Amino acid sequence: MTAELGHFALILALAIALVQSTLPLIGAQRDDAGWMALARPTALTQFLLVGISFGCLTHLYVTSDFSVVNVVRNSNTAMPMLYKVSGVWGNHEGSLLLWVLILAIFGAAVAAFGRNLPPALRARVLSVQAMIAVGFYLFMLFTSNPFERTFPPPMDGRDLNPLLQDPGLAFHPPMLYLGYVGFSMAFSFAIAALIEGRVDAAWARWVRPWTMAAWCFLTGGIALGSWWAYYELGWGGWWYWDPVENASFMPWLAGTALLHSASVVEKRDSLKGWTVLLAIITFSLSLLGTFLVRSGVLTSVHAFATDPTRGVFILALLIVVIGGSLALYAWRGPQLVSTGLFQPISREGALLFNNLVMATGAAAVLLGTLYPLFLDAVGGGKVSVGPPFFNAVFIPIMTPMIAAMAIGPLLNWKRGDLGAAVARLKVAFVLALGAGITAWVWHSDGPIFATLAMGLAVWLGVGTLTELAGRIRLFDAPAGAWERLRRVPRASWGMTLGHFGLAIAIAGMAGAGGWTVESIQTMKPGERVEVAGYVFTFKGAGAETGPNYKAIVGDFEVTRDGTRVTSLHAEKRTYNVGAMPTTEAAIHSSIRGDLYAVIGDPEGDEGAYVTRLYFNPLVAWMWFGTLVMIFGGALSLTDRRYRVGAPRRSRAGAVAPASA
Amino acid sequence: MKRKHKRLTFVVIALALLGTAAGLILAAFEDSIVFFYSPTDVVEKGAKPGQRLRLGGLVEDGSVKKPGNGVTQFTVTDTANTVVVRYKGILPDLFREGQGVVTEGRFEGAVFQAEEVLAKHDENYMPPEVAEAIKKSGQWQGGAAGAKTQ
Repeated sequence: MTAELGHFALILALAIALVQSTLPLIGAQRDDAGWMALARPTALTQFLLVGISFGCLTHLYVTSDFSVVNVVRNSNTAMPMLYKVSGVWGNHEGSLLLWVLILAIFGAAVAAFGRNLPPALRARVLSVQAMIAVGFYLFMLFTSNPFERTFPPPMDGRDLNPLLQDPGLAFHPPMLYLGYVGFSMAFSFAIAALIEGRVDAAWARWVRPWTMAAWCFLTGGIALGSWWAYYELGWGGWWYWDPVENASFMPWLAGTALLHSASVVEKRDSLKGWTVLLAIITFSLSLLGTFLVRSGVLTSVHAFATDPTRGVFILALLIVVIGGSLALYAWRGPQLVSTGLFQPISREGALLFNNLVMATGAAAVLLGTLYPLFLDAVGGGKVSVGPPFFNAVFIPIMTPMIAAMAIGPLLNWKRGDLGAAVARLKVAFVLALGAGITAWVWHSDGPIFATLAMGLAVWLGVGTLTELAGRIRLFDAPAGAWERLRRVPRASWGMTLGHFGLAIAIAGMAGAGGWTVESIQTMKPGERVEVAGYVFTFKGAGAETGPNYKAIVGDFEVTRDGTRVTSLHAEKRTYNVGAMPTTEAAIHSSIRGDLYAVIGDPEGDEGAYVTRLYFNPLVAWMWFGTLVMIFGGALSLTDRRYRVGAPRRSRAGAVAPASA
Repeated sequence: MKRKHKRLTFVVIALALLGTAAGLILAAFEDSIVFFYSPTDVVEKGAKPGQRLRLGGLVEDGSVKKPGNGVTQFTVTDTANTVVVRYKGILPDLFREGQGVVTEGRFEGAVFQAEEVLAKHDENYMPPEVAEAIKKSGQWQGGAAGAKTQ
């Protein structure tokens, strides 16, 4: 019954979404308040129905109902409860259900908290949201029904892919989807604005919190995925420029640009057309990401089994959404007239520069990701575009932006003084130069980009602190500085922490990407190997049993200069169902770097194993920096000015907006 | 500066950025694009020694040997032709005889020295290039080799 109820709720949700996508929109065109008012109850009902549907699927998983195909394929009675629940979205059908659930949550949030949105704008936004939902409901109901039954039901399920039975990956898809789908809000607002032919500061203040929330989730989702790849795949790497990774990185780049350009719309009533276009592009890239991951058209190291017929459906959806919205943009975009004047040397000038670089970077990643598809389509042979390409292209494109990131916040709106800003960065420059030289002396054999990145990280970090110090006049009037620090608006803290977090993360990437020390060998029990000054002693391997797997656990003792540092337990698991093996790397994290050990296959009969040992410097800095960035974003969300549903109170805020 | 000039400034910056990016991309395409070869391609087209490429196919049954010190040697086949591959390191978890595999590396003589053996995350996954290489050699047996839908 539960499966049928879930299926039925999904069909009802489609019907409601059809109403929501048409009537309020027509009402807004005709200025019919009654029809516009339909948007709210339909959005809430839709949320309720998808919620029921999702609840049903979760119930089927939790109770291990093996009469449902989806549960059979992705669950097993022996699995821990956490993975029974995460199994709901650990597969194609369920992850789509999660996608529409999140879409419905965002829609319901606009309906519930958007009381002081102009009714016509709210009606249009919710209609556009419902259009996206209709596309996905149709996709699910026709190609990917999660509630399909099977008869006769098997005794037990086939187990969730063991690589997904991991706490990091249990929360990776929901986070990522909250980001992807969150950008649909910016998209819906952009389309609504195009239909209305009007974008103003109030519009930007509405769009920013949604974009900021989506950005925080996407940042978290990407970081979780990267962290998972780092410890679960056992290659010691954390980013491979793989199509699936790029798929999530492109919307991140575009979304970051959107975040910055929306502030120009808000403060300077300028860059309107560009911001609307960015909102469309960001969500389009999110959809493209779904397509790339779900269709299997690209060879990915992260590929899971896929179905090309579904890919065709998503491709069609992609063409309708992107083509339609860009056509609308071409038609209505020219009506969005900006009033603000624009000086190249100014805060808005710097933000535009950021936008240009981010957009160029996203375009380069897009090109590299899709190039194999194009080449294959024109019969040019099968190629792969990997890390050498992306590193050679992406790093040089981003370098000037990181350099400018320290300067931009020091420029005033309207008309900035570049000379004064650069003069204030003297300290940052000297320290950055010092850091670069130190890095080069320590790791003279390391890649040049790591040295450069270390210098840039210090430049950006110190530059960001310089801005904060100037804002609270720490050096001019230290007496009142603490008081002023406490009165810094949270939105400004968001900028400071966001930039500072990135500086920390870049330092981590320099270390982890450039100065990793790796050693692969066969080790007998008692044998020692030195890696970057750490001595790994192999203590031998033994068997262990987990709830639904058996494992070989290799023990290592690590010492440095004769003192014990830690002991590491690297596992190689074989899951009972499907006999699929997975690697569980043993990692000891510290501020200096990670000690990382992986155990492979046995060799010979003396208890020897192939082992892979790493010292990955500064890895923890990447995760910590990312957390700081997310925290900054979340903090700025709590700023009164951006509080969802309270934009009109903003005039009382600490910094007066340029226009309202 | 007049409004027109200001806009021009940004257009120039944007064009400079795009130009630089295009230059970087073209330069990087020259040296970092990796072509995919099936064993048959290797036999027919030949591979330049030292050229980085991807080789894919099935791991031939009974071909996996461990000569020691973490080295694995195996044969990649598209059922028409075969290539011997050597790899030092820990193989991906789903590396198995009879399964599809994609390796990246260079030829040293007749032996393909792999620097990377690509992992799969899913037992049912078959890299599309491998599926096609096997189809081309005329030995494809529907979903038998594993390219099934979920």
